[in-house]
Amino acid sequence: MTLSELTHSTGEWLRGVGSYSDVVISSRIRLARNLASMPFLSTATVEERTNIYQTLAKAIGEVSNGSNALLIDIENAEAIDRHLLVERHLISRQHAVAEGSRGVSISPTETLALMINEEDHLRIQALRSGLQLEDAWSEVNEVDDKIGKNLTYAFDQQFGFLTVCPTNVGTGIRVSVMVHLPALKLTKEIERVDRAARDMRLAVRGMYGEGTEAVGDLYQISNQTTLGRHEEEIIDDFSGKIIPRIAEYELTARDSLAKHRGAQVDDKIWRAYGALANARCISSEETLNLLSAIRMGIHMGRLDLIDIPKLNEIFLFTQPAHMQKRHGAPLTGEERAVKRADYIRKQMVA
Amino acid sequence: MSLVCDNCQEAKATVHITDTIPEKRERHLCKQCAEREGVLIKQTHQTTADILQEFIKHKAGVGEMDDKSCPQCGMTFREFRMKGQLGCPHDYEAFRSFLLPLIERAHNGGSHHVGKVPGSAGSDAKHRTELTRLRRELDEAVRNEQYEDAARIRDRMHILETEVSETS
Ligand SMILES: [Zn+2]
Ligand SMILES: [Zn+2]
Repeated sequence: MTLSELTHSTGEWLRGVGSYSDVVISSRIRLARNLASMPFLSTATVEERTNIYQTLAKAIGEVSNGSNALLIDIENAEAIDRHLLVERHLISRQHAVAEGSRGVSISPTETLALMINEEDHLRIQALRSGLQLEDAWSEVNEVDDKIGKNLTYAFDQQFGFLTVCPTNVGTGIRVSVMVHLPALKLTKEIERVDRAARDMRLAVRGMYGEGTEAVGDLYQISNQTTLGRHEEEIIDDFSGKIIPRIAEYELTARDSLAKHRGAQVDDKIWRAYGALANARCISSEETLNLLSAIRMGIHMGRLDLIDIPKLNEIFLFTQPAHMQKRHGAPLTGEERAVKRADYIRKQMVA
Repeated sequence: MSLVCDNCQEAKATVHITDTIPEKRERHLCKQCAEREGVLIKQTHQTTADILQEFIKHKAGVGEMDDKSCPQCGMTFREFRMKGQLGCPHDYEAFRSFLLPLIERAHNGGSHHVGKVPGSAGSDAKHRTELTRLRRELDEAVRNEQYEDAARIRDRMHILETEVSETS
């Protein structure tokens, strides 16, 4: 498997299946782990950092033996490849732009990514489309057990798994679910989500983690409390309470739009379609915002000229690193805007 | 010249957006209005820096702690306060009593780990974790007057407690 091969498909999390897939784009679970015998990366020397990288790369290799996983040395990877991995949600933005020895191991289906030397020594994460947290958890849990058999993790009776940042101690788990909330935004009721988040101690972020812009009406909802609660308890909360509640808000808002503002909603959806089908140069941000209206239109049953898998393909392939990787050469922002519009027009008529 | 928010006509506009639908137009909003519209995501969670800030405001005497350092990595408590990141796993031991209130605050009162334990931490740790969970289930069973369940949980706890005390 190579990185270029990845750019032919959208990967597991954009398959558009799973429960609540009309609101939930994807689910992710990650565990933060550190080696007991090494300092945290905040104080590690260059040699120690390299040592951690080698130790973990070896342990991961032994665990994934024969599974055809791809280990990428991020420190020495091209910028375009690092950004490609960010766009595919396989590494964080921070991991892409950091310095020093670091890497990621990716399973062939892209459901599993193990980041070495991100904020903590090891971050094990599983990705799924829709709401499939139990499935993601069983994969992460199993890999964690296997790696933990050969290595000694930093662990404390009271504080659990020790992390560089005390906000992650205990289970070291972060559950995050990416939801699409266009109707709540249109009806200006997004505050309901803020309120729910505050009640349930959740963090709300944009599509690529930190940062505050809600591009494409996509929000990532994640837990903050990691100490004093079981992994399963945290996961059950998301599957049984948090996500159903937020999905309910969004679906109610969609119903109300359909009932009271049908013409305006159709206008928004079909103008978005018209713009994408006719644009001659378009930015990736505008593309994401127009695709958001179309995604809503498909789920509300008001537009059927395109389906969700096709829409997800456009969503991913029009992002800057994917545009260039698929083109096979670097492109300036202006060249990308033209190529992007050409590509989208072809997809819309096909 | 500073722009005034298009929406409330009061606060200073700091967020500038270009709508393309229904027509191409530029809009200028203040932070509050942008958050209300969902253009900006309202930050509902506390970052480590926020928690540290708040903690230090309320906790007197933290200054005396500042010069303490970890014997393993040399990080001082002051450096931790500035960075929000610890230096090595031993820091949790070195600064335990000072970290505990901060950790409790960050974890909604949680002060003890429950959940997975690493294989290498031994079955003792596993048992302790299970005990914590069972204790909670026992409370729940008693509260719901499920006395058969409660008895079963008590039996299991008894076995675990004996094993833990034998190994330690
Ligand atoms: Zn305003
Ligand atoms: Zn230390």
